Amino acid sequence: MTRSTIEIVPTPDDRRIARLAAAAIVLTVAEAAIPLPLPGVKPGLANIVTLIVLARWGWRDAVWVALLRVLAGSLLLGQLFAPGFFLSLSGAVASLATLGLAMHLPRRWFGPVSLSVFAAFAHIGGQLALARLWLVPHDGVFYLVPLFAAAATLFGLVNGLVAAKLMQGRVADRISK
Amino acid sequence: MRARLAEWIVLLRPGDWLVLVGALALCVLSALTLWRGGAPDKAVVRAGGKVFAEVGLARAQILEVPGPLGVTRIEIAPGRARVAADPGPRQYCVRQGWLTRSGAVAICAPNQVSLSLAGGAADYDSLNY
Repeated sequence: MTRSTIEIVPTPDDRRIARLAAAAIVLTVAEAAIPLPLPGVKPGLANIVTLIVLARWGWRDAVWVALLRVLAGSLLLGQLFAPGFFLSLSGAVASLATLGLAMHLPRRWFGPVSLSVFAAFAHIGGQLALARLWLVPHDGVFYLVPLFAAAATLFGLVNGLVAAKLMQGRVADRISK
Repeated sequence: MRARLAEWIVLLRPGDWLVLVGALALCVLSALTLWRGGAPDKAVVRAGGKVFAEVGLARAQILEVPGPLGVTRIEIAPGRARVAADPGPRQYCVRQGWLTRSGAVAICAPNQVSLSLAGGAADYDSLNY
């Protein structure tokens, strides 16, 4: 076998992002095994990783981890380029954009829970926008908005609390090393 | 158990409570606005084929509608309406009782009076359904 002339040397940054993305992908795959009452309502456990990455390493890394998670997670679940993939992509993009803004809120007042709730709402917002424009071009999709909003509130709270708890302890140090 | 709950609650900062309250308000608000489908907001009363009155369903009142047989009394209550009394022989429109959904119609054919509810998102009208 000829050796490739292009050699990609991963930097420590790359390794860290890959490790964190792997953690997020594991959560995505594990979550896929949970039976869901309604398509689109998911705990979004992988967002815990995104929140920790955002708090520790900033927005750029969070974008990398979240998008790699969407891509690799859907690849593993056989969903790549299926409608579900585009829905999670639009949700992830919307929530990353929101997190980029919300992270500038004063940290003393707004903790991971706020960020998590904002991200969860942006997630359903992005998904609903795409679903309305492309998958279900009818206002009937908005009938489900209250359910989605309730799910976003609940899972946003839970994920935010878990992220805050992990950042409080040493667990985050362990994933990052 | 209580100690464990307190351990989680300390993780919430003041702004987080605000955000949570806002999120819950958004849930309730969206449910109220989006799940109100079918709630009527006015009653249309016709006599002899012409619109006799269009009244809102906000407050209770009684309408007296004259027809060829006599006076049909229509009772309006908040969110609903009915034909309370009619001089017709078979009383179909009276026995229909309270109309609550948008598109519902009660017709007192002999006296040529009809009552229908309109407004909101009408799912169907009770004649064509």
